[in-house]
Amino acid sequence: MNPEIVFTSAFWSWWIIALTLANILGCWWLISWSAKKVPGEAASGQVTGHRWDGDLQEYNNPLPRWWLWLFYFTLVFSLGYLALYPGLGKLPGLLGWTPQKQYQEEIAAAEAAYQPLFAGYARIPIARLSKDPQAVKIGQRLFVNYCAGCHGSDARGNPGFPDLSDDEWLYGGDARTIEKTILDGRNGVMPAWREVVGDPGIDQLVAYVRGLAGLDANTAQAAKGETLFSTYCVGCHGGDAGGNPALGAPNLRDRVWLYGGSAADVGESIANGRNGHMPAHRDFLGSEKTHLLAAFIYSLSQQ
Amino acid sequence: MSHEVIEKNIGLMAVLVLLVISIGGLVEIVPLFFLKSTTEPVEGLKPYSALQLEGRDIYIREGCYLCHSQMIRPLRAETERYGHYSVAGEFVYDHPFQWGSKRTGPDLARVGGRYSDEWHRVHLNNPRDVVPESNMPAFPWLNEHSIDASLTPRKLRAMRSLGVPYSDADIAAASAAVAGKTEMDALVAYLQNLGTALS
Repeated sequence: MNPEIVFTSAFWSWWIIALTLANILGCWWLISWSAKKVPGEAASGQVTGHRWDGDLQEYNNPLPRWWLWLFYFTLVFSLGYLALYPGLGKLPGLLGWTPQKQYQEEIAAAEAAYQPLFAGYARIPIARLSKDPQAVKIGQRLFVNYCAGCHGSDARGNPGFPDLSDDEWLYGGDARTIEKTILDGRNGVMPAWREVVGDPGIDQLVAYVRGLAGLDANTAQAAKGETLFSTYCVGCHGGDAGGNPALGAPNLRDRVWLYGGSAADVGESIANGRNGHMPAHRDFLGSEKTHLLAAFIYSLSQQ
Repeated sequence: MSHEVIEKNIGLMAVLVLLVISIGGLVEIVPLFFLKSTTEPVEGLKPYSALQLEGRDIYIREGCYLCHSQMIRPLRAETERYGHYSVAGEFVYDHPFQWGSKRTGPDLARVGGRYSDEWHRVHLNNPRDVVPESNMPAFPWLNEHSIDASLTPRKLRAMRSLGVPYSDADIAAASAAVAGKTEMDALVAYLQNLGTALS
């Protein structure tokens, strides 16, 4: 970012300087002029002669001195302020203060305070870090800040957004894989199958898939579904329907359902497909924060 | 000239009052129109696509700016959560800008790419489905209403008259670009673009 003040023409800097100084001088003149006695006006302690609503009158008392001096003080203060800080056109001010510089100083101070801590944790493998209560606590704070929107503040996920507190993983739950998932994101693609297998085929597949998890009795429908499954689904979900972490294809034998396990939900997943997208966080969070986040998430499945 | 003259002449007083209060604007507002950092786009800033522009109109219609700001201040507490602080050159194609003034919800200046499209759809349809603690209202009707594609070229033209560099080709293609899209599609497209020119 270029913090410099660049106008299209030098005129505008002078315009600001001239108007600002003229305004301050004008205020000075106005205050001193209006504090002066005008020939012919009533003396202090006497009424001005104005009359409102029949009997309402005003004294011609001067402004209390301290009040008057306060006005002069604000004018002196403004001149001092404008000399020290940017304000008069493109003049930078004697202190050289800019909001960008103040921000950089704040960041530098925080870096100096926290960097050794993060760097120290970065050297410790995630599996060991996940047993360090302080590291896990920092990871949890990061999680609530950056991850809870999708995965929930308790990390138990939401329909369509994986539960991270259990021991079921789409892409694998070892420490390095968790870290990689956070850094580079994931794209899970379940194609839509309605055009291929037709609505009766969807029903058969639903019966078979739910049967695998023990949710449906094994019926004739499911037997037909098995045939379809071995034709179309085993490529990703595997011959035993145990899933494939390389593709993020879920294990269908358990009762963990990313998009819901009801017949309607499973049918929707098969008929219209699903797209799971985990955004990459490498640029935003950096490797050291991610390391701590991974330690927290890893710790959840180790309990 | 004494007070009496001014106090007894309301027309003169109005003129003098206007003169005095205009000085602040002449010093603090007028030069901004000639300040390069407020009038020139940051590198990489593109005008909103037709669909994003329609989404922006939904954002304004639903009053999102009442609870969400689009202005990350240069404070560490903000940049840690939201990303790089906002700069004026990011908003030169915003007419009007959506900086907002109150954060009931989080700042959205750099929400683009932070969540998946699907998350936005679920969240806008009913925020509690993904964030149980949320007090944001649900916007389920966005899925049901589609964009009126006949108005889109006029919206681009209006933006062009305000200085957004849309080409004739952009305007000619605008209707086709939004045809058949829902308000949800448009709003998600707008949100996913927010703040992505600068990181």
